[in-house]
Amino acid sequence: MSTLAEAFARARDENRAALIGYLPAGFPTKEQGIELMAAMVAAGVDIVEVGLPYSDPLMDGPDIQAAVTTALAAGTTTDVVLDTVAAVADTGAVALVMSYWNPIEQYGVDRFAERMAAAGGRGVITPDLTPEEAGDWVAATTANGLDRVFLAAPSSTDARIGVIASVTSGFLYAASKMGVTGGRTAISSAAPDLVKRCRSLTDLPIAVGIGISTGEQAAEVAGYADGVIVGAAFVRRVLNAPDHAGALAGVTELATELAAGVRNPRIP
Amino acid sequence: MSTDSTGSPAPRSLDEHGHFGPFGGRFVPEALTAALDELDAEFRAAIVDPEFTTRLVQLERDYTGRPSPLTPALRFGELCGGARVYLKREDLNHTGSHKINNVLGQALLTVRMGKERVIAETGAGQHGVATATAAALMGLECTVYMGEEDTRRQALNVARMKLLGAEVIPVTAGSRTLKDAINEAMRDWVTTVERTHYVLGTVTGPAPFPEMVRYFHQVIGREAREQILAVEGRLPDAVAACVGGGSNAIGIFGAFLDEPSVQLRGYEAGGEGVETGRHASRFAAGRPGVLHGARTYVMQDEWGQTLPSHSISAGLDYPGVGPEHSWLHDTGRATYEPIDDREAMEAFAALCRTEGIIPAIESAHALAGAMRLGRELGPDAVILVNLSGRGDKDVATAAAWFGMDLEGHDLGRAPGGQA
Repeated sequence: MSTLAEAFARARDENRAALIGYLPAGFPTKEQGIELMAAMVAAGVDIVEVGLPYSDPLMDGPDIQAAVTTALAAGTTTDVVLDTVAAVADTGAVALVMSYWNPIEQYGVDRFAERMAAAGGRGVITPDLTPEEAGDWVAATTANGLDRVFLAAPSSTDARIGVIASVTSGFLYAASKMGVTGGRTAISSAAPDLVKRCRSLTDLPIAVGIGISTGEQAAEVAGYADGVIVGAAFVRRVLNAPDHAGALAGVTELATELAAGVRNPRIP
Repeated sequence: MSTDSTGSPAPRSLDEHGHFGPFGGRFVPEALTAALDELDAEFRAAIVDPEFTTRLVQLERDYTGRPSPLTPALRFGELCGGARVYLKREDLNHTGSHKINNVLGQALLTVRMGKERVIAETGAGQHGVATATAAALMGLECTVYMGEEDTRRQALNVARMKLLGAEVIPVTAGSRTLKDAINEAMRDWVTTVERTHYVLGTVTGPAPFPEMVRYFHQVIGREAREQILAVEGRLPDAVAACVGGGSNAIGIFGAFLDEPSVQLRGYEAGGEGVETGRHASRFAAGRPGVLHGARTYVMQDEWGQTLPSHSISAGLDYPGVGPEHSWLHDTGRATYEPIDDREAMEAFAALCRTEGIIPAIESAHALAGAMRLGRELGPDAVILVNLSGRGDKDVATAAAWFGMDLEGHDLGRAPGGQA
């Protein structure tokens, strides 16, 4: 079981970007969700981002909205998410959680951080927690040895990126575009510019996410970033599959394609 | 810093990050931070710029029709324990509700920021209509997000928005009501923020929205205070307002916050009864959490998942509430009570029959509150009620509720389940 820093260092040693794959916990069920994440890892995903399904995912497009609606209807609670984290950590992959803030606050900030660490989770991505509101979270994650991943956006000023980086650990999540999660045919030109600006302001590894869905795009992003994050594209493979076997095959196929992409960075 | 009657800091105090005590703040994707910072700076610059404030006052007078009258409701007062009841007539504003006050201010800010498109969420449709109106007036593109359920129960307002040139997008996600319309408007805004301003319709959302929307609605309380002093020679004993997000209530409460003798009473939707779970009573049955960018009272399950709300009134059908109300609640400066659908509709009918005024069903919750208050305070009491909107949009719902025979006249589909 390694840390985020070790996962990024290992990828760097292999002259490639780290591959981060997202699926919501409990989608379509707890057990099948765990199997899908294990399939991702077996096919080359380094870091699994376990989504905590939330009723009001205002940063997510239609694919992830549909997935978390399914997960919530299947009875996915925060405890199910933590069980999923433990199962992913058992595969040897680095397990993160991606959660909107309210479920963490309602679970209890300290309690959530303690249970995450106990489950073998390494860090948490909080897309709607701003540094100004993160005081208790910084304390709880520090006390429990968890990394805190915050996002930077193309609209972030340099001063703002500095503030974000000052509370971030593990890696900085650079949003490739202004918008919600989901695939686009081309990666926004804003992404390389944002990564360049982030690099001049922090030594943290920089991973790019939002709108990456193919091996070719992964190779493109791997050319300038330390990590490639793919979420909605995995969700679509599951949504479009006729059955669980089909979903496993689809997730494996995409993870294989992306893993090849991050190993063939296209130098800009 | 001013203090309230208990000697603690005045509840309206705000820190630099937009907190009302522990409530408010900003919980948003980073992509919106720059836009919120820009909005905050423009708002602060505009309200000390005579060109902006003069233009706003002109629009309020010449376009909205301000000041709105204060109407003594003598016959309705008889049903309120004989108390002297006054109605602040926001229903007589252009577009039929208080919503226009905020929208004109934000539309002027949109022009000032050089943006060419506005988006809005709407529940009852009043805010959507007001935004579409201001957009037409100022030559802005306008898109309004409205829960599919609400487009059905407020069909008249959908037609009004379309006539005004707005695009109305029915939202089919989640509970298909106001909460989901806000999610969808936020998603639009994250994507289009460079050219679009999100005209949030109430005192919720990330800073600076609660403070800014409050500012544009304070005209209600300023006028009402002056008007009631002129008629009664004294302050009212109580001020009653309905509270969905809570903008009309904040607007009228503001002028009386520092007057400990004036009770501030907010009425939230009790729906079919708080005990049934089908209601929108955040204070009676919710707890502090984060929704739509702010920390505030939220209807939620033990895991922090937002619970669906319910009310006969689309405008009160929201599981969150403005953060300043949460602070007023916790400090005890204002008190909040649920009014269920039945009690609201009784007050609705009472005002129609005693005063010849058809109120919005939202405002009927405040009227029901006044009926309770009057019985509590007695015939010497002076009660100020914010009549936040008119009821034209609600005739189909009301007709269905009261079982009226409309002989095949189509007034739009009313919500199911009501006799």
